[in-house]
Amino acid sequence: MARFAARRLLGMLLVLVAVTVIVFVIFNVIPSSDPAARIAGQRGATDPQLIANINREWGFDESLPVQYWRMMEKVFGGDLISYTTRQSVDEQIWEGVPATFSLCIGAAVIWLSLGVLFGYLSAVRAGGLTDRALTILALVGISMPVFWLAAIFLYYLTFKVELFPSGSYVPLTQNPLDWAYHLVLPWLTLAVIFVGFYSRVLRSNMLDAMHEDYVRTARAKGLSDRQVRTRHVLRNSLIPIVTLFGLDFGVVIGGGAILTESIFNLQGVGQYAAEAIENLDLPPIMAVTMFAAFFIVLFNALVDIAYAWLDPRIRLGGSAR
Amino acid sequence: MSEALLAVRDLRVEFVTEGGPLRAVDGVSFDLSPGEVLAIVGESGSGKSVTAQTILGLTRSPNARIEGTASLRGEELLAASEAELRKVRGDRIAMVFQDPLTSLNPVRRVGDQIVEAIRAHRERIGRGEARGLTVEMLDSVGIPQPERRIDDYPHELSGGMRQRAMIAMALALDPEVLIADEPTTALDVTIQAQILDLLRRLNRERDLATVLISHDLGVVAEIADRVLVMYAGRVVEEGALDEIFYDPQHPYTWGLLGSLTRLDRERPERLPQIRGAPPSLLDLPAGCAFRPRCPHAFGRCTELPALETRGGETAGHRDRCWLTPGEKRESRAVGGRIALEEAR
Repeated sequence: MARFAARRLLGMLLVLVAVTVIVFVIFNVIPSSDPAARIAGQRGATDPQLIANINREWGFDESLPVQYWRMMEKVFGGDLISYTTRQSVDEQIWEGVPATFSLCIGAAVIWLSLGVLFGYLSAVRAGGLTDRALTILALVGISMPVFWLAAIFLYYLTFKVELFPSGSYVPLTQNPLDWAYHLVLPWLTLAVIFVGFYSRVLRSNMLDAMHEDYVRTARAKGLSDRQVRTRHVLRNSLIPIVTLFGLDFGVVIGGGAILTESIFNLQGVGQYAAEAIENLDLPPIMAVTMFAAFFIVLFNALVDIAYAWLDPRIRLGGSAR
Repeated sequence: MSEALLAVRDLRVEFVTEGGPLRAVDGVSFDLSPGEVLAIVGESGSGKSVTAQTILGLTRSPNARIEGTASLRGEELLAASEAELRKVRGDRIAMVFQDPLTSLNPVRRVGDQIVEAIRAHRERIGRGEARGLTVEMLDSVGIPQPERRIDDYPHELSGGMRQRAMIAMALALDPEVLIADEPTTALDVTIQAQILDLLRRLNRERDLATVLISHDLGVVAEIADRVLVMYAGRVVEEGALDEIFYDPQHPYTWGLLGSLTRLDRERPERLPQIRGAPPSLLDLPAGCAFRPRCPHAFGRCTELPALETRGGETAGHRDRCWLTPGEKRESRAVGGRIALEEAR
């Protein structure tokens, strides 16, 4: 376990270095990304002295490796400042975290429970009417783009029927009911594609598992159909779902919710990232990218631990990469 | 013969497939008495496993048509509801399968799987008590340190230990009938002998009626009392163990015996085999299904012979072959031993 943790920690560091270098390089080669011009604004176009001053003041005249190093120092020192708003990037991210986590965790609960429920029902009634209806639903869910679904929700449920608020985030500590009420549509928007996907994966896993020898053994022991399905078929079919879930959840927290957050104006980390990208504002882009990479790597490690726990044939450390 | 514990009459199993109806089992009948070991022998696809699994309702599906009767102490099984059958499975008729690695759930502890079998039938037995029973069972099938092994996962046990655990699971509720479907096929030869010893011991100690399914006459010779030889879904010969081994009536049985390696005889240069392959169950030849592979086939073989006493010396020794007893005695002697003559 210690070896596993050490290797994962080292891996995380390497990933973070690689990701930040790539972001930094890309930022410096794309056109019109010169930060001095952005900071100078309108006046910069006519006043080369101002640009030069800014370059010196912010260190943009240094070589790229030095600039990269300075930026990393600021990231880990916690005093990274946005080029455009001059606000502390750390503070902005911390402010966005509750909204992002509320959105992602809530959506995850929905997609996991509905995905498993629909997949189970589909597999049990394979070939029947329920299965066909759920199959169509799943395919519709998988095919619907997030922005389109969100627009439909907003148009019909918010403007036409006025059933739900159009978005924005209410802190959980302020009013739990309002918090949930404001998040219902974003949760559904984010969860739909995963519900469809998970139910399909679980269905096919379960149908495969039903033909396994150990399922025949379980029936020969005299277990009821339901016991065989839950204790043997479902139990074993959930292992890949757990893997998928860990990976997807890491991705969603680390930026997969950008569209949903922006459309529903949740002021989360994803929306912050979207704005930073729009303004070509390197410090927040860098910080949010690292935030994302951190969660993706973290959940990858958690998935491996969960996997070893769920399937005793797999050992951590050992021969795994 | 004492009254039959398990009586199967005219069992027919047909599966609807894309290639048409597939008759896996065609009119199988047998009786099993308490304490008796009945072996069902045949190649893969001969219908022996389907016969056994159908008795427990494990082949039931919308695509299966099942006819005939199977009664356990007079209680009809084939027509029983799923709920009634569930009470029989594991409790009164238990089953052991071929590959103990795939037949045990790989992600659950061996002990838990045995406890589960106990508690499926005895709701009043608590977890702790069931665990105690499981340790006892593991011990009685010869698993060392059962109180530690109970918490192992299947992959942590050796092949032989896994099959012992499967047998412990099958016998945990003291069933009347044990169906062992190729219980030694997936095991090393030395382990095979140990498992057969174990089955024979349990059969004697518990007066356990056993149906042993095997393709290996060597295994059958070790422990069977009576033998049913199946070919393409039909019983082609049945009789007591000695009758089958020393006075076989059906050419297919001769072929099986001929392909046995024997330690008490000089080894032939090339192991004899039955030429050709078993017929497709979707497209069986008319009459005797073994006809296309049989060097002794003649005109009458296009008619299906009934299973009855022909050349055998007791009423229990029956076969499906048109050859006269004299022809049979003459034809089966090949080079001083019983075998199926190579193509004429």
